[in-house]
Amino acid sequence: MAIATNALAEGSGNAISPAMTDLSKIRNFSIIAHIDHGKSTLADRLIQLCGGLEAREMKEQVLDNMEIERERGITIKAQTVRLDYTAADGETYMLNLIDTPGHVDFAYEVNRSLAACEGSLLVVDASQGVEAQTLANVYTAIEVDHDIVPVLNKVDLPAADPERVKQQIEDVIGLDTSQSVEISAKTGLGIDSVLEAIVTQLPAPKGDPDGALKAMLVDSWYDAYLGVVVLVRIIDGKMKRGQKVKMMSNNTVYTVDQVGTFRPKKEVLKELNAGEIGFFTAAIKEVADTSVGDTVTEDKRECDAPLDGFQPSKPVVFCGLFPVDTSQFEDLREAMGKLRLNDASFEFEMETSAALGFGFRCGFLGLLHLEIVRDRIEREFNIELITTAPSVVYNLYMTDGEMLEMHNPADMPDVMKIDHIEEPWITANILVPDDYLGSVLKLCEDRRGIQQDLTYAGSRAMVVYRLPLNEVVFDFYDRLKSISRGYASFDYNIDSYETGDLVKMSILVNDEPVDALSTIVHRERAESRGRSMCEKLKDLIPRHLFKIPVQAALGGRIVARETIAAMRKDVTAKCYGGDVSRKRKLLDKQKEGKKKMRQFGRVEIPQEAFISALKMDDN
Amino acid sequence: MQEANAPLDDGTPGFGIYIHWPFCLSKCPYCDFNSHVDRKVDEARFVDAIITELRHNRELTGPRPVTSIFFGGGTPSLLTPQSVERLLIATHNLWPMTNHVEISMEANPTSVETAYLQGYRAAGVTRLSLGVQALRDEDLRFLGRLHTVGEALQAVKLARETFPRISFDLIYARPAQTAQDWKQELEEAISYAADHLSLYQLTIEPGTPFEKLHHAGALIPPDPEAAATLYDVTQDVCGNAGLDAYEVSNHARTTDACRHNLTYWRYGDYVGVGPGAHGRITLNGQKRATETLLMPTEWLTQVEKLGHGRTRFDPVAGEVQADEMMMMGLRLSEGVSLSRFQTLRGQSISSDKLTHLQQDGFLTRKEDRLIATPKGRMVLNGVLKELLS
Repeated sequence: MAIATNALAEGSGNAISPAMTDLSKIRNFSIIAHIDHGKSTLADRLIQLCGGLEAREMKEQVLDNMEIERERGITIKAQTVRLDYTAADGETYMLNLIDTPGHVDFAYEVNRSLAACEGSLLVVDASQGVEAQTLANVYTAIEVDHDIVPVLNKVDLPAADPERVKQQIEDVIGLDTSQSVEISAKTGLGIDSVLEAIVTQLPAPKGDPDGALKAMLVDSWYDAYLGVVVLVRIIDGKMKRGQKVKMMSNNTVYTVDQVGTFRPKKEVLKELNAGEIGFFTAAIKEVADTSVGDTVTEDKRECDAPLDGFQPSKPVVFCGLFPVDTSQFEDLREAMGKLRLNDASFEFEMETSAALGFGFRCGFLGLLHLEIVRDRIEREFNIELITTAPSVVYNLYMTDGEMLEMHNPADMPDVMKIDHIEEPWITANILVPDDYLGSVLKLCEDRRGIQQDLTYAGSRAMVVYRLPLNEVVFDFYDRLKSISRGYASFDYNIDSYETGDLVKMSILVNDEPVDALSTIVHRERAESRGRSMCEKLKDLIPRHLFKIPVQAALGGRIVARETIAAMRKDVTAKCYGGDVSRKRKLLDKQKEGKKKMRQFGRVEIPQEAFISALKMDDN
Repeated sequence: MQEANAPLDDGTPGFGIYIHWPFCLSKCPYCDFNSHVDRKVDEARFVDAIITELRHNRELTGPRPVTSIFFGGGTPSLLTPQSVERLLIATHNLWPMTNHVEISMEANPTSVETAYLQGYRAAGVTRLSLGVQALRDEDLRFLGRLHTVGEALQAVKLARETFPRISFDLIYARPAQTAQDWKQELEEAISYAADHLSLYQLTIEPGTPFEKLHHAGALIPPDPEAAATLYDVTQDVCGNAGLDAYEVSNHARTTDACRHNLTYWRYGDYVGVGPGAHGRITLNGQKRATETLLMPTEWLTQVEKLGHGRTRFDPVAGEVQADEMMMMGLRLSEGVSLSRFQTLRGQSISSDKLTHLQQDGFLTRKEDRLIATPKGRMVLNGVLKELLS
C-alpha cells in the first residue's frame, strides 16, 4: 500500500546504533482514530517529546507525506517511527509507532499493521465521540488481541465532554475507560501521560531472539535509490545485512542490503531483533514482489510455519479510466505503470469502449482507493480522465459448470449460458444522530439492505445492515452524507457472495447501445433504475438538431424511454460587421466544447454523463 | 451626390464604409453596443478625427469603388446634417463611388432627431433606418426608449416623404408577448408601408441592465419554444406581405435589401472608422481584421496622435475566413458559394456532414450554393457547429 519514501528519509546516514534485545523494554503500538480526531497531531507530539525531530524540522503532520493524504486527512500507507523514551521508572524504552492506513478500503492492510503491534491508543475527539470508522479499526485491534488505551483528545475545546464520551466508549465498544488519558494534542497537554500509559498499560512483545527468523511483512514502498523498502515486524530471530531471506508466499530469496528504522529520519542499524519493527532493503525491484502479511524467514534456517492470516490483495471495485483527450492514451498507460510500482493492490488492463475509445479497466481495493488513484493520475500526471461507473466483481456460474469472474458489465456473456450469478455482500456499520435515522434506514432499504442490528448510544444510533456491494459502490456514501448533513459515519467489510437475480441493463442512445453506460442491476430495481438513468441522460445530453430517443433495455426489452427534443431555435438575432470576430470566437468555443464530448453515432454525449447518469436520488 | 432608386445589388460582396458615432442620449437597457452618453461632445473634433481615420484607411485600401456608406452607432442621428455632409464629402473625395451608392443612416424617432432628417437627405443620405423597436407605448418604456408610438409614426411618415428608401427596426419576443399580440403589431408595422424591416428577437446580452434583471428573475424572455413560434409568425406575416426574409432578421422586397449589410453577409471588404469600429480589408491578397479603440476619448487621443484609432490589424487565416464566410453567408436566403468556401479553407466540407444536414432538411444545395432552409436558419448556430467542426 505504501507509496512514497519518507520525505525526511535522508537523515543520519550510516550511523549504526547499538542493537537492543531486551524485549521487556520494547512497546509496539498504533493509533486508532477517526479522521480529524487528531491522530497525526498526537503522533507529531510524541515524536517531538521524545526528541525525534528538532522543532524546526517539524512539518505539520510529519507522517502523512503525500499531498492527497494531507488534503484528505487520511493515511494511505503504513509508516513507522521509533522513539526512545525514558519513563518515570528511570528505564529507557524503545517505542515503535505504526501509523496505520486510515480507511476501510485498506482493511486488510490495517489488520496487518495492527497485528504487528501489541497495543493501541484509541484517540477520540472529546466533543464528537466515537465514529463508525473508528469502530471498525477498534474491532480489528480487539481481534488481534490488542490492549487498548483510550485517549480523549481536544479536551481544551469548550464543547469537550470527556465524561459523556467515556461513557459512550464503554457503551458502544465495551472498553474500560478508568485508565484513559485526557489530552490536547494541539496544545501538548497530557502528552507525557500518553507516553507513560504506553509503557505501563501496553504489553511488551513476546518472541524468541535466538530462534529462526520469522518476520511479518507490514508494508512496502518504492524508493528511487534503494529499490523497494520493506517494513517488517520481527517475531523471532534477527535480520541483518548479507542475510539471505525468503518470502514464504512465493519462495523468492533476496539478500538483505540494509536494515534500519525511522526516527522518523532513516537510520541504518546493524540488525533488527525479535520484537522490533524496522525496514530492510534487498534489491527488490517492484512493490508487487512483496505482499502485505507475508512471512519473511531465513533461506538457510526456515521457521517452522508461516504466520496466520496472510491474504493476497484482491481488488473488489472495478471501473474504466479513459483519457478525455484520446491522444493521451499512452501517457495514461505510463502513469498507471508508475503508480503500480508503488501500489501493487491496484490492477489495470487495457479496455476498448465504443463510446470512450481506448482506456483501462482498473481494479481497486475500494472506492476511496479508486478516488486516490484517479486523483493522482489527474494531478501528478496531468491527464484528464473519464471514469465509468464502478462495478463490483460478479461470479457467474455457467450452465457448463464453469465459474467466471466478471469485472465489467460490458463483458456479460449470453444469458442463456448463465446458470446463476453471485454478487458480493457487505456488512455496514453506520453511526448516525437520531434525527437522521429515518432517512438512513430508508436509504439502506432502498438499496436492498437487510437490517441486522440497531442500538443506541446516547442520542446516536448504530445501525448494522447487510447490503449488496453493487448498491454501495456507486454513490451510497455521498447519499449517506447528504441525507445526514455529514453526521453519519460509515464503515463496511465484505462478508460473502450470494446469489442474486441480476440482469444487465443496456442504455441505447439514438437506438445504439452505449457500452460505457451498461450496468448490472437487480431485476426488481431494473425498471426504476432504467427510468432514472433515462431521465438523467435526457438532462445531461444537450439538445441536438434532431430528436434523440434514450432507452433502457434488458436484453431486447425496453423498460424505460425518454426523448430529447430537437433543438427548436438557436440563431443569433443580430450579426453585422462588428459582430463577426466575436461570433466566430463563440463558434470556435463551441467547436472546442464539441471536442470534449464523446461522439456516439451522430450524438455527442458530455463526459460527465457517464458518471452522473448513474447517480440515484433515492427520493 | 447620387440619386438612388435604381437597382443597387449586382450580387457581388461590394465594398462598404462604416462610420461609428458612439454617442447616445441615453443608454437602452438591452443594448451592448459601443455607446456612450455624453452631452458635451466636441462634435467637430470627433468628426475631424473620423475624417483623419478615413484618410488613413484610404491609404491602405487604395482607390476601390465604394458600394455603400453606413452611419451606425450609438446614435448617428445626433450628428448635425453639417457634420454628416462633411463626412460624406470627405469619403467621396477619398474613394470613387459606384453608381447608386447606398448611403444609410440609423436614426431614432425622437423629435430632436427627426428635425434633422431633411438636412441628412440634402447631405446625400439615401436610406434611413429608424429604431422604432415597438408600436406599443408600454413596451417602448420597458425597452428604455425615449420616444412614443405617436412620435415614431410621425418620424416614419416624415422619413417616407424624405428618403427614397426607409427601413425600421422592431424588437420582438418581449417578455409575455403572445403570438397573437405580435402578429397584430407586425401587421400594423407593415401597413405603414415600410419596404424593409429588421425584426430582432430580444436577446439578453452580457453586461446590460436587462441581464441583471434577467439574473434576478425580474425579466423572463420567452423560452426557445415560444421564441420559435414567434419567429414562425414573423416569417408568415412578412411572407404574406411580400417581405420575405433575405437574412435571418431582415425582410424586404428583393430590390430593397440593404446593400451595406449584404457586404457583411457576403463577406466582402469593409472599412470601419470611429470608436470601436470593426473592419475587414484585403491588402495585397491578405484579408485583415481591424478594430479601433472602444473608449471615445482614448480613440480620439490616438487618432490625433497617430492618424488612426486602430488596436487590431490581424491577418485572418484562410480557414478562419472560410468559417466567417459560412457563418455570415448562411444567414442569407441566397446562401454561400461552396467553391469560394473551399478555396479559402483549402479543403471541402465532409460530404457526410452535408448529406446528413441536407437529409434532415437544414440545408439545401442550388448548384454551387449552399443554403440554409427556413428550418435550418432557425437553428443556424447548431448547423454551423455541426458543419464547421
